[in-house]
Amino acid sequence: MSKKTLSITIDGKTHQAQPGQLVIDACQDAGSYVPFFCYHPRMTPVGMCRQCFVEIEGPRGPMMVVSCMTPVVEGQVVRTTTDGVKRAQQGVLELLLANHPLDCPVCDKGGECPLQDQAFSHGPGESRFVEEKRHFEKPIPISDLVYLDRERCILCDRCTRFADEVAGDPLITFVSRGSNTQVLTFPDEPFSSYFSGNTVQICPVGALTAKPYRFKARPWDLDQEESTCTTCSVGCRTVVQSSRDELVRYQGVDIDPVNWGWLCDKGRFNFESVNSAERLTTPLIKGESGLADSSWAVALDVAARMLRTALAIGPESVAIIGGARGTNEDAFAWAKLADVLGINQRDAQLADGLPPEIFSLPQATIDDINRAPTIILLAPDLKEELPVLYLRARHAAQKRTARIIEFTAHNSGLTPYAWRSIQTEGGKLAAVIRQVGTTTEISDQLSRGDVVVIVGRMNLAESPEFVVNALAEVLHLAPHARVLPALRRGNVRGAITAGLTPQSDAGGTADILAAAASGKIECLILLGSDPLADVPDADLARRGIAGARNIIAIDTFLTASSSQADVVLPAAAYGEKVGTTTNLEGRISNVAQKITPTGTSRPDWMIAAELSIAVGKDLGISSYADVHQMLIDSVPSFAPASDEKSVRHDGVLMHHPHPVSLARSDSSVADHNSFKHRLVVSRKLYDGAQGTVNSPSLVSLADDAGVYVHPLDRARIGVHNGVDVKVTSNRATLVLPLHESQDVMIGTAWIPFNQTGTDVRELLDLSEDVCDVRIEHI
Amino acid sequence: MNTEYSTPGQVPTGPRLITGRFDISDGYTYDGYVRTGGYVALRKALSSMTPKQVHDEVRAAEIQGRGGAGFMAGTKWGFLPADVHPRYLVVNGDESEPGTYKDRLLMELDPHQLIEGIVLASFAVNAAHAFLYVRGEMALAQERLAEAINDAYAHNMAGRNICGSQFSLDITLTWGAGAYIVGEETALIESLEGERGMPRLKPPYFPAVKGLYMQPTIVNNVETLANLPAIINDGGGAFKILGAPTSTGMRMFSVSGHVNRPGVFEVPNGVTTFRMLFEAPEYCGGVRNGGTVKAFIPGGVSAMWFFDEHLDMALDKPTVDKAGSMLGSGAIVAMDQTTDMVAACWRIVRFFARESCGKCTPCREGTTWLEQVLRRILDGQGRPQDIDLLFEISESISPGIAWPPLQTTICPLGPSAVSPIASAVRRFRNEFDHYIAHGRPIDGVDDVLHPEGSRVHV
Amino acid sequence: MSRLNDANITIAKEIIARFPRPKSAMIPLLHLAQEQDGHVSNKAMVHIGELLGVTPADVYGTASFYEMFKFEPIGKYCINICTNISCHLVGSWNLLHHAEDRLGVKAGGTTADGMFTLEDVECIAACTEAPAIQVNYRYRYQVTPANFDQLIDDLRSGRADEEIPPFGTLSRVRQRTSESWSNYGIEAQAIVDER
Ligand SMILES: Cc1cc2nc3c(=O)[nH]c(=O)nc-3n(C[C@H](O)[C@H](O)[C@H](O)COP(=O)(O)O)c2cc1C
Ligand code: SF4
Ligand code: FES
Repeated sequence: MSKKTLSITIDGKTHQAQPGQLVIDACQDAGSYVPFFCYHPRMTPVGMCRQCFVEIEGPRGPMMVVSCMTPVVEGQVVRTTTDGVKRAQQGVLELLLANHPLDCPVCDKGGECPLQDQAFSHGPGESRFVEEKRHFEKPIPISDLVYLDRERCILCDRCTRFADEVAGDPLITFVSRGSNTQVLTFPDEPFSSYFSGNTVQICPVGALTAKPYRFKARPWDLDQEESTCTTCSVGCRTVVQSSRDELVRYQGVDIDPVNWGWLCDKGRFNFESVNSAERLTTPLIKGESGLADSSWAVALDVAARMLRTALAIGPESVAIIGGARGTNEDAFAWAKLADVLGINQRDAQLADGLPPEIFSLPQATIDDINRAPTIILLAPDLKEELPVLYLRARHAAQKRTARIIEFTAHNSGLTPYAWRSIQTEGGKLAAVIRQVGTTTEISDQLSRGDVVVIVGRMNLAESPEFVVNALAEVLHLAPHARVLPALRRGNVRGAITAGLTPQSDAGGTADILAAAASGKIECLILLGSDPLADVPDADLARRGIAGARNIIAIDTFLTASSSQADVVLPAAAYGEKVGTTTNLEGRISNVAQKITPTGTSRPDWMIAAELSIAVGKDLGISSYADVHQMLIDSVPSFAPASDEKSVRHDGVLMHHPHPVSLARSDSSVADHNSFKHRLVVSRKLYDGAQGTVNSPSLVSLADDAGVYVHPLDRARIGVHNGVDVKVTSNRATLVLPLHESQDVMIGTAWIPFNQTGTDVRELLDLSEDVCDVRIEHI
Repeated sequence: MNTEYSTPGQVPTGPRLITGRFDISDGYTYDGYVRTGGYVALRKALSSMTPKQVHDEVRAAEIQGRGGAGFMAGTKWGFLPADVHPRYLVVNGDESEPGTYKDRLLMELDPHQLIEGIVLASFAVNAAHAFLYVRGEMALAQERLAEAINDAYAHNMAGRNICGSQFSLDITLTWGAGAYIVGEETALIESLEGERGMPRLKPPYFPAVKGLYMQPTIVNNVETLANLPAIINDGGGAFKILGAPTSTGMRMFSVSGHVNRPGVFEVPNGVTTFRMLFEAPEYCGGVRNGGTVKAFIPGGVSAMWFFDEHLDMALDKPTVDKAGSMLGSGAIVAMDQTTDMVAACWRIVRFFARESCGKCTPCREGTTWLEQVLRRILDGQGRPQDIDLLFEISESISPGIAWPPLQTTICPLGPSAVSPIASAVRRFRNEFDHYIAHGRPIDGVDDVLHPEGSRVHV
Repeated sequence: MSRLNDANITIAKEIIARFPRPKSAMIPLLHLAQEQDGHVSNKAMVHIGELLGVTPADVYGTASFYEMFKFEPIGKYCINICTNISCHLVGSWNLLHHAEDRLGVKAGGTTADGMFTLEDVECIAACTEAPAIQVNYRYRYQVTPANFDQLIDDLRSGRADEEIPPFGTLSRVRQRTSESWSNYGIEAQAIVDER
């Protein structure tokens, strides 16, 4: 904010206001409270509720204006407490309350309701309204997650504006007119938005309520702390709220650099999984009759013995997979343990990520998206994988601050807002970029200033090197471009930076599983990872898990993989442990402990510390403070985290050491023959992830597995929409329902990852660059 | 009744500038229009005048907008920012202010005159696209205008290079679907954009700067534009002197209610008095049954009511404004001594309650509440404190309950509901008290809501 | 009920072409749907949404703002009796109550035979011809109970068919998009949009 401020007078005090600021915000800054309902700082003001009146000295004397629609101007004189202002505010309030039901005692909003609060502070007292109140059917579900009570609605246009303006899902709208106006969806078309929970949070009354929170708690017995969502790597700021030692609600916190107050529904509602009855509560040890309850002492001892036996054979017979689901401190403690034990085979990514080098390229921040004139997408569908990053990018396109150039094999959530959306088949990316890069249209656009390249795994069925090569091409075209890594897992960047990344050439997850498959792994440690469910190559994962002599699993649930383990150690989950996390742009911020860990579960760092003692290599970690300090002192990138205050607020950006540069390489694969389709596998927001399947409100939202092709391809294959087809790769043949979709480019077959039913990973072979499939009717 | 105007020729008259073709059977057709001097002004303007010259004539005419606000057209056009394109002309044919009946006649009986006015205005403000928004319920007007626009295009009076000039203009005919508020210019623009017809807040959304599609836009009333051919033919000066200096030209007034011959008249603006319209044989020829005017509405139901002391006031904008009301849309409604003022007041308030768009709280909730209270009084459920309540609610919508009204609302519809209450209750308090005390109107007035005495609840 | 038929799709596209932005064709298209089906069906709203590139909710939000759009079938003839001030003063309530008795329905209702829907409406801009009414938005002036009855007979017997089409049909004349349609305004707007 280097712009010079404007000097105005509010209630007699002079105040320095920001240019372009609205009077209502200036008044807040100056400490003069102006009541309001429809205004929301992140949305276009509409001036509908008429509650925010102030008096302003005008050319023709004082006049009353709504402060939410009035910009500040130099020398402005504002009064917020004149009789006229008070009378107007009381009048509006009385009118808002006239038809408002008196059901506060049974209303979720009761106790945290702006309308209720203002009725007390500014209200006229008892109502003079003796007429029949307006009646609507009480609450109606408008989606799987949200209920609407139209009698409570004050028609502030916040939810409808959010759906249209912010989320781009205008599925709720004002219906009818005048005093019959109501918010509704189209008949039989629910408000199915990934962001619906935000409407509940910004509703100034109890008209919109969230199914997962209804009647759960009352504001006055809520206990809350600021934290960071680790569901994905955007790292939205939240408050975690608990009641009677149970998580009951997350709310978005508005910080400028990241989420602007918004959350996606998955991040908002998957707290249910923390409270799940399926959570692991005690250590388990495998006996003749499978896994059986045990104690920490025994389990740690068994685990230590396995580890020692393996180390006796040699550190190359030990490997660690996972760590991206924990905190920076968790990852650091395990990396340190690996260091002292000489374990080089460790990887926080599950053969579904990108090489860590991308963190060492010139880095962009999330905010850069809303500054740079050009955004290039070499990324999966942000709306599906990094929802709030999608909101930021969409905002940039809508406000015309940036033009989006997208490369993809199927239309994404951002395609409608992209300036250019270039359809590219798997394996062809680099070549296509080289080609379009020469067009003046693109090169002119790239020369218009900063360029942000968002890079992630667009297609789990193709080798990551294609994306890296494509990135190299972009950086060649626009050397000034900066990179925003779009790796999905919550703390993957923190885990890798803390050291949970291959220390030797063949130390990655794929290599580890291959080694295990050929009997070379004596002890495999699964650090909150589930290769059987997540590694894109199902067969490899199966052989690897089967081949590992011993498996130690640290997990919150008994997953496909951890149920194969010899020792299972219950881990504390989100909300059950303090720590710091790192988002995709390298922002370090705190996560809070709000409830006591389930059963005897412990944070990962503590397990590492105890294991280190058990194997006689004490890490010297005896408290969270220890491990946190050690992290800051020994890993340069984390040095900025010493600024505790910022870490608990907006977060701090980590250092990006020793920049590297990417070599261009001419990697392009052969065309697939015309009887085949090139397979694209990418994620959707709701899938089989633990956090989703263990959250009752979310579990039903994942789609059934299916294969999507262009209508012309469907016709060519000669089947009807929706019927089962055979999909055959070099690896396997699956049976899936086929859906036609204009969004998929011709010649491509798109199968969403990890949906309910048939598992697409059976088709994939990590040793292949791309995966071509034949689709036939049965 | 007053005998002053009992014989013809005693009232000021003037030419029928825009209603002249009303009694020509084929006046609405292209041939009929051209035969009677149509499109002469347009040819003249396009062949021998610059846009600025056309604008200057309209300035000189000092014609006040006929849609309600009475803002000078020439001045309004001047607000368009220089060389911002595209810019649009939007014609407001939504006529729905109760009592108002003139635009529909102009559209049904002389559509080409309106089209000529539209092309002239677009030429003057250099707009390439005009939108003619007709009220949804006016099927005949829509048919006549569609016919006329098709003919105008066919004869090159619209479209590309009009009359062989460099000027091109598209005219898009469109229409509403039943919502009074859409007559308000910013709501009309919203409606024209395919949205719910809810007004925009002014400032910042002044149409001349941020109008249709957020581009500069001129919104003019049908009657305003219908006058342009005459103004261009005879010059702004000639138009001006037909009326008073402060209210120029001829103007259409529709006089309805308790008069012998209700009608729509084109009268010299600013000089004719209300009494003349009510009593002169050229006009309404007296109050029905030789009765007297108990109260009358001078300019649409949004206006404050006038009473017998105002009868000899001239229909002159500044004069009427100063007296605490407005000429608005030229809708004059006479109520004789038999009128049940509580019922009349309620009926008008019900209109605003029904037509509130619902966007802003004071109007949405306030007008509905006012209507409910008045309804209770009419139904015999009134309470003494209801009178104060009516004023308290009114105060919340229109602080001060004064004229011109202040408003806590976005647009003037809400405050409009206060006018009939302020007028009727202040003047006829006894009638309200009587209803509250006895559950029926005072003696001597017609209980129109409850015909043959039945207390039917309406 | 149904989506727009092929003939109407053609008309719809013509209408859309007359506006710089498709969504501006919303109300005319809703009228078109009502002309086709006698009311605005959900399927039609979905279809209109597709034609205009907006969600069905968006279409419904706009449509429901305007009184003339009916979302269920109503009578073949919609009889609107104005009861606003000018008509109120000269007997419209009397007329309304007579109409209610004659048709055997209250205002807002539809006769059992589906012939008539009766509405008590706001000013229809015929104030000097009070009491005034509309049948499918065609006017009748200075209506007395007697000639109201006459009107009902005419409508029942089909004598008024010539003048009064069934409910839904508004303007029977459509604006032609002649070849001299210059589209200048639309092109100019397109430039603004790209900015
Ligand atoms: C509630 C309301 C209703 C209005 N209705 C109409 C109308 O039906 N017709 C009209 O021409 N102007 C109407 N107006 C006035 C318009 O907003 C606008 O001032 C006018 O069309 C401008 O045209 P003019 O300057 O030629 O009068 C209305 C205004 C308000 C506040
Ligand atoms: S005053 Fe009434 S009509 Fe005008 S914007 Fe407010 S609610 Fe709508
Ligand atoms: S907050 Fe300003 S009008 Fe609602």
